[in-house]
Amino acid sequence: MIALLLRDLKLSFRAGGGFGLGLAFFLIVTVLVPFSVGPQSSLLATIAPGVLWLGALLACLLSLDRLLALDWEDGSLDLLATAPLPLESVVTIKALAHWITTGLPLVLAAPVLGVLLNLPGPGFGWLVVSLLIGTPALSVIGTFGAALTVGLKRGGLLLSLLVLPLYVPTLIFGAEVARRGATGMEVQTPLLMLAGITAAAVALLPFASAAVLRINLR
Amino acid sequence: MSIAAKANALWEYANPRKFLATSERVLPFFWISSALFLVVGLVWGFFFTPDDYKQGSTVKIIYLHVPSALMAINCWLMMLVTSLVWLVRRHHVSALAARAAAPIGIVMTLIALATGAIWGQPMWGTWWAWDPRLTSFLILFLFYLGYIALWEAIEDPDTAADLTSVLCIVGSVFAILSRYAVNFWNQGLHQGASVMRAGAITGTDTTEKVSNVFFYPLLTCIIGFVLLFIALVLYRTGTEIRARRIKALLARERVNG
Amino acid sequence: MTLTVTDLAIARGGVPVLEGLSFALPAGKALILRGPNGIGKTTLLRTLAGLQPPLSGRIEGAEDRIAYAAHSDGLKPTLTVTENLTFWASVFGTRDIQPALEAFALNELADRHAGNLSAGQKRRLGLARMLVTGRPIWMLDEPTVSLDKTAVAMFADAVRAHLRQGGSALIATHIDLGLDGEVLDVGPNKARPKALDDFDGGFL
Repeated sequence: MIALLLRDLKLSFRAGGGFGLGLAFFLIVTVLVPFSVGPQSSLLATIAPGVLWLGALLACLLSLDRLLALDWEDGSLDLLATAPLPLESVVTIKALAHWITTGLPLVLAAPVLGVLLNLPGPGFGWLVVSLLIGTPALSVIGTFGAALTVGLKRGGLLLSLLVLPLYVPTLIFGAEVARRGATGMEVQTPLLMLAGITAAAVALLPFASAAVLRINLR
Repeated sequence: MSIAAKANALWEYANPRKFLATSERVLPFFWISSALFLVVGLVWGFFFTPDDYKQGSTVKIIYLHVPSALMAINCWLMMLVTSLVWLVRRHHVSALAARAAAPIGIVMTLIALATGAIWGQPMWGTWWAWDPRLTSFLILFLFYLGYIALWEAIEDPDTAADLTSVLCIVGSVFAILSRYAVNFWNQGLHQGASVMRAGAITGTDTTEKVSNVFFYPLLTCIIGFVLLFIALVLYRTGTEIRARRIKALLARERVNG
Repeated sequence: MTLTVTDLAIARGGVPVLEGLSFALPAGKALILRGPNGIGKTTLLRTLAGLQPPLSGRIEGAEDRIAYAAHSDGLKPTLTVTENLTFWASVFGTRDIQPALEAFALNELADRHAGNLSAGQKRRLGLARMLVTGRPIWMLDEPTVSLDKTAVAMFADAVRAHLRQGGSALIATHIDLGLDGEVLDVGPNKARPKALDDFDGGFL
């Protein structure tokens, strides 16, 4: 299991591995927002938590179609499915690798981009916390979507369409934590809901992902 | 007849032939009765009920809005059940019924959204508000869209049936989650589900009741929509079965070339 | 332990391709799988490897004992030869990749990226993967594609060594490998079309 994680990380950091793509996209979205809505700092401060969450979510979405597709194309998935490793572990590790290479950098970059959007002081901590708790759910849900569409030639758009509604609860609670944090309101309820969604998704969705992957491998 | 035998008799309809034969026999009944209920309900509702003291004649869109919204949700529930049946018992008709129902569900969702917007304009002064109920229906619309797109994208029918079934189950969980999330996110302008509450029907709940004058034509319309939905699902499932049969015959011909 | 297949029927894309297939593959033996293109040899190997369920029939002695080599080798172009092999070795819980490198003369290429290998070299690396799985039954789907004469001999030697150690192999190939294995011709097992009112009557 560790071997698979290390291989995926290695592949992502090597040439053409796509590490940093999500981060670059996050940066682009954040930088473009003030150009489209105007430079008023009060307006930016109001929308900053939501914009940063949306940017992080889209950056995650962007990198999903590579999550399983490469292993599918070169036959690795067939071989992994016949290996002693259960597919449930394979998809969990794939999701973990995706989170380490995409989600975690987004979490770390978010405060810097928060400065650009004039995020209010108390918001920084909650933004990082909400992203830290929420992005694993994005990776796990995304893995399910990637497993559903893995055999399709042009699955990218379909993948986004399938994953989009599944991302709604995570986005709502995650952005709510960041927004409430930024305005100094209590964050306990949405934070608990967000943590609950992540915990349930991490615990249960790998079974669904492995099931659809098995169907696709037939 | 024992219970087990009865249950077995029910599963016989999972045979495509038996299904086609039976549905063709009962379809005229559903078509005619749904038309009857809809005509009576809509004419009654539109022309023979008073205007609401607050909402004026705009309230009459309720006769389309409420039944279509109900059917939009019930259609997804039906797809969930048939998906489970497919995954457990591998009856092709079940999977095809889910496939056949999805476009009906999405149309119902669209009708609910459109009539909601038309109703909202005079009531709330805006075509669209991010009200929890409206938002939930928008999300439901996205679920239907993804479900249909997945069916269309996959060539192998059994793979498509399996994958869409899993999507339907996972989607249902997330749809419920979204409903709660959206409720939490915005408390909303929409009135409560006034039709189906006991208090609203009996009139004991005076604040938001739908009075009997509106209720009976509405009930007629709902029955009409249910019958129409059943007729459409039976009809479309029959079409799917025939399409599937053609596909199977073509595949066999290719193999035996 | 013997791999036993009894009255197997398999389908590709929902259409039955082979039926009534029975054979046994005892330890130390090789079986050469033959049949015209499109008959379902790949489907058979995938079914035996557990990637897809059979329509009917029994497969015994296959669970967790099969190493499967498909058309594509699952190699990562940005990893070196050693890294590729080490990865599969640790997935299958074995350590030593040296014998595998030697058997397919990959020692000199050990530090090259797999992406820089020729097609034949890649194939050799893919076949070397079979050795690091440590599994007794090899299932090989057209293993000699893009191999030259020397490499084919190398591969045949590796299979012979594997058989000597008590392993077995099922090989779908059209060339003569010089192995003293039996031939399993699946041509006669081509599935006949089903009667019109059979399973799920309305469909087929």
